[in-house]
Amino acid sequence: MNKQKNRLIDHIKYSVMIAALLVITFAPTGQVKAEFGDVVINNYSDKAGMPPVVFPHWFHRIRFRCKVCHGDLGFEFKAGGNDINMVKIIDGQYCGACHNGEIAWSIENCNICHSAPVGTPTQVHESTLQKLIKPDQNKTEDKK
Amino acid sequence: MKKNNAMTGRLKIHLMFGLILVVSTSVTGADDPNTFNRLMDPPSKRNPSPMTDGIHDPNNNGTQLLQPPKEAFQQLPKGKSGNYIDWMKALQDKKINPRNDRVDTKSQPIIMDLNIVREVKGSMPDVVYPHKQHTEWLDCANCHPAIFIPQKGANQISMASILLGEKCGVCHGKVAFPVSECRRCHSKPKPTKTANKKNKSDKQAK
Repeated sequence: MNKQKNRLIDHIKYSVMIAALLVITFAPTGQVKAEFGDVVINNYSDKAGMPPVVFPHWFHRIRFRCKVCHGDLGFEFKAGGNDINMVKIIDGQYCGACHNGEIAWSIENCNICHSAPVGTPTQVHESTLQKLIKPDQNKTEDKK
Repeated sequence: MKKNNAMTGRLKIHLMFGLILVVSTSVTGADDPNTFNRLMDPPSKRNPSPMTDGIHDPNNNGTQLLQPPKEAFQQLPKGKSGNYIDWMKALQDKKINPRNDRVDTKSQPIIMDLNIVREVKGSMPDVVYPHKQHTEWLDCANCHPAIFIPQKGANQISMASILLGEKCGVCHGKVAFPVSECRRCHSKPKPTKTANKKNKSDKQAK
């Protein structure tokens, strides 16, 4: 009797484990829900075979006022509106003004910035335009 | 051989039960057509960590190094939308101390305390634009003259253009609080004949 009971428990355990595995492997990636103001920059990344950049506004505004980047460093108020490339960055322009190993960590840490899935388009995440409710379009965009 | 057959048989049963479990939970869970607020995300989904936010690649080793927003936000005053942080209050209460210069930690912003009142056409309260809060974060040249001509009556602003990311919408709705917080801008009630109660602005108008 006991043996059978144990077996049953084992069967249930395995089934639950397999169910969990199935959920993990086949779960839809779900709605894309990054932080308000996260900017994806994909001007050149895809063509260069690099994952696109995700810029977290929230992290930077805790440390700098807007004018430091948007005034002093010359960043335009437009996602993808700045012609940023790695040469400019290593020459101390744009991100490179701080990401130089002195003010902030340096450019050899490629993947901390280049962390979006390949093919993610340039955008401001969670912006009002994106939040306007268009379920069908959003869903098809997410699945891409 | 027999043992092998038995094993695959058991595996099949486990797989079947597993599938049944998955299907039953998904039916009762996410796909319920009558979920409350079906077009909105519950508060538990706000400020997700980079590993689960869908815009960072969880398989990228850089993603694992990123700070989850919630960790940074726990000591900041809460807001109603956007990052769900009241950034202005965080600054005023000195919960954050953002630099005004790339390197000079002592540099201070030049604050201009001037309110601009914009009378709006509809029933909404008039807009009070405070230079004070904006100059905490920004230089004059960030907005003038490219986005706003510094002259009374020279700027046509509509909610439609703001929603599309122009004028105030260059920041509001992207990084600054979104247009859903109507009253933060539309804050000066106007005297209206339809109002039941006489409010302060009524008396002031007289």
